[in-house]
Amino acid sequence: MEIIGKISYMETQATQPIKSFYETPSPSRFTGIGAWLLTIDHKRIGLMYMASVMVWFVIALILGLLIRTELMATGSTIMEAETYNAIFTLHGVIMIFLFVIPAIPAIFGNFLLPIQLGTDDVFFPKLNLLSWYLYMLGGFLAILSLFADGPPDTGWTFYVPFSVSTETNVGLTVTAAFILGMSSMLTGLNFITTVHRMRMPGMKWMEIPLFTWSLYATAWVQLLATPVLSITLLLVILERIFGSGLFDPSKGGDPILYQHLFWMYSHPAVYIMILPGMGVISEIIPVFSRKSIFGYKAIVGSSMAIAVAGSLVWAHHMFTSGMSDVAVFVFSFLTFIVAIPSAIKVFSWVSTMYKGSILMTPPLFFSLCFIYLFSIGGLTGLVLGAAGTNIQVHDTHFVVAHFHFVMFGGTGFAFFAALHFWWPKIFGIMYNFKRAYVAAILTTTGFMLHYIPMFILGIMGMPRRYYDYLPEFQTGNFFAGIGAYILVAGVLVMLLNLLISFKNGETSPSDPWGGTTLEWSIPSPPPLHNFVESPKPKGYPYDFTDIVRSNSLNSNDSLNRGSKL
Amino acid sequence: MTGNIDHIQSDAHIQSYGKLLGVLAILLFLTALTIIVSRIHFGGANIWVALIVASVKSSFVLLFFMHLKYESILIKASFLATIGFLSILIGFMFWDVAFR
Ligand code: HEM
Ligand SMILES: [Cu+2]
Repeated sequence: MEIIGKISYMETQATQPIKSFYETPSPSRFTGIGAWLLTIDHKRIGLMYMASVMVWFVIALILGLLIRTELMATGSTIMEAETYNAIFTLHGVIMIFLFVIPAIPAIFGNFLLPIQLGTDDVFFPKLNLLSWYLYMLGGFLAILSLFADGPPDTGWTFYVPFSVSTETNVGLTVTAAFILGMSSMLTGLNFITTVHRMRMPGMKWMEIPLFTWSLYATAWVQLLATPVLSITLLLVILERIFGSGLFDPSKGGDPILYQHLFWMYSHPAVYIMILPGMGVISEIIPVFSRKSIFGYKAIVGSSMAIAVAGSLVWAHHMFTSGMSDVAVFVFSFLTFIVAIPSAIKVFSWVSTMYKGSILMTPPLFFSLCFIYLFSIGGLTGLVLGAAGTNIQVHDTHFVVAHFHFVMFGGTGFAFFAALHFWWPKIFGIMYNFKRAYVAAILTTTGFMLHYIPMFILGIMGMPRRYYDYLPEFQTGNFFAGIGAYILVAGVLVMLLNLLISFKNGETSPSDPWGGTTLEWSIPSPPPLHNFVESPKPKGYPYDFTDIVRSNSLNSNDSLNRGSKL
Repeated sequence: MTGNIDHIQSDAHIQSYGKLLGVLAILLFLTALTIIVSRIHFGGANIWVALIVASVKSSFVLLFFMHLKYESILIKASFLATIGFLSILIGFMFWDVAFR
């Protein structure tokens, strides 16, 4: 029986090309839009996330540009103070909860994690679909708050007592964040179980690709830290409705308790944001250096170390809030410890490139920008982590610049790199290289011009979250505004270039870059069950011997084609 | 390709009524203990007694009612890690609260 089945299968394979997952809905009874909205295929769910995350990203980008435009001149430029507060709150909430946190895991993780593990789906496909619906519901509620008695003006941190006393619609936005947290936890749960239970037989832990490793580390943080946020946000709602006084000193409560609870999630959340980005970079650098990743085990170890240690430093956001000096000392010390694993990764990437045979492509270019921008972000994090300097720059634009360097320069750029790296795999087409480089250069230049002045303004003492400022901050803010416009122009060029590739991009082979992980061994776009034949464990995933050998025989023409487009 | 997930334990563990009732009795006793202890003033130790009793109770629920006792070592370890993690988080808050 089995042999006959196999033969007839091989025959069909020879006579007709393998159908991609776009042509084979799963479950197969659904067609048209239903084949997307009711799908349990991890690849389709990843793409649904891609479409929705992109929409939010562009909306939040526009909100950010509005904030910047307001700040370009003193006084009220294009909006009033209340509007400004609402806009920066929405910008933050959308960027954090609807873009940076889900972007890489929900899009690329969903699409690639099962493939990198040599299996055909995640462990709980239906929960996976549910997580997308929760994501959409959360986003919808966030937008709804715009129309119901005023969007919240608390900032994305919802600090008490203001979040309890303000008249604006904090409840709705907080509920949105609560639901988005559930969505994030379901993704994490799925990834953990998939890594444990569905790795292809024979794949050992130290053979898992680094992107999947980083998602695994992230998933634990998602699963363990997110409930803390959910409960904290519920407490805010309880406080608003019943005034139970948990955070109110006049009723025996403690306002600093709120900050503890909030940052207990939200600092680990910054690692939920950055770890998958680091995973992306760890995939891209070796491929374009044609050289095995330097320190595979150290990178795996540092991902896990970041997940654990990164969960224990939250109170470095509270040095000026009036907590005990002992806590200031302890959390400052722990913060310095957590910088070590991040540095291990940066050194490993740079050492991978050392004496490699480097092939410049848009994904590598974005990755190099990532390393540079992320390093600045991480090092300024140490300025903030040191209790002494923190007192000077806390709640100034220095902090704003720091976290944009790590979240945008880091996660954002890793996301752009991932888009350019896996685009040919996901859609089976290649984009124009020249426009991609132009976009990357514009984005990076605009980025620097936008955020470097903010470091200086912060050191000069310009506080964050004000719609107006003293005259001495005028020049810096004006230049930052110009930078912001260049930055947004760069992002638009990038997105347009990718969109244009649908119209006139050339078809891409299964392995356009010379990658060695499993996704490059299957057709582009992948077939429904990912693998045509059961994959065989390759042992160590970053062995480029064959790639280098075949490269020296015939120059990689798919890449040359790409650059000629 | 789904062949690699079929060694998942699906055998249900049916526990005798006697055992379940026994666990219930222990839980009720511990609840009573909590109430009694809350009436006596040990000072700072009160909170610790309450926490310990609550932890013992939830362990019984998890082990027997939620079948954790019959799960693989991996599930147990992940669960314990969660508890350990939570207590570290709460514990670290005392760097602040205990030294103000
Ligand atoms: C070496 C690594 C890092 C260190 C030492 C560090 C340290 C700090 C410190 C001490 C603060 C508090 C500043 C203050 O409010 O006074 C801070 C703020 C912040 N950091 Fe980092 N950080 C690091 C990496 C990251 C990463 C990787 C991300 C995100 C991907 C991130 C995102 C943020 C955000 C969002 C804030 C501001 C939160 C707010 O008040 O709105 N940081 N960082
Ligand atoms: Cu932090």
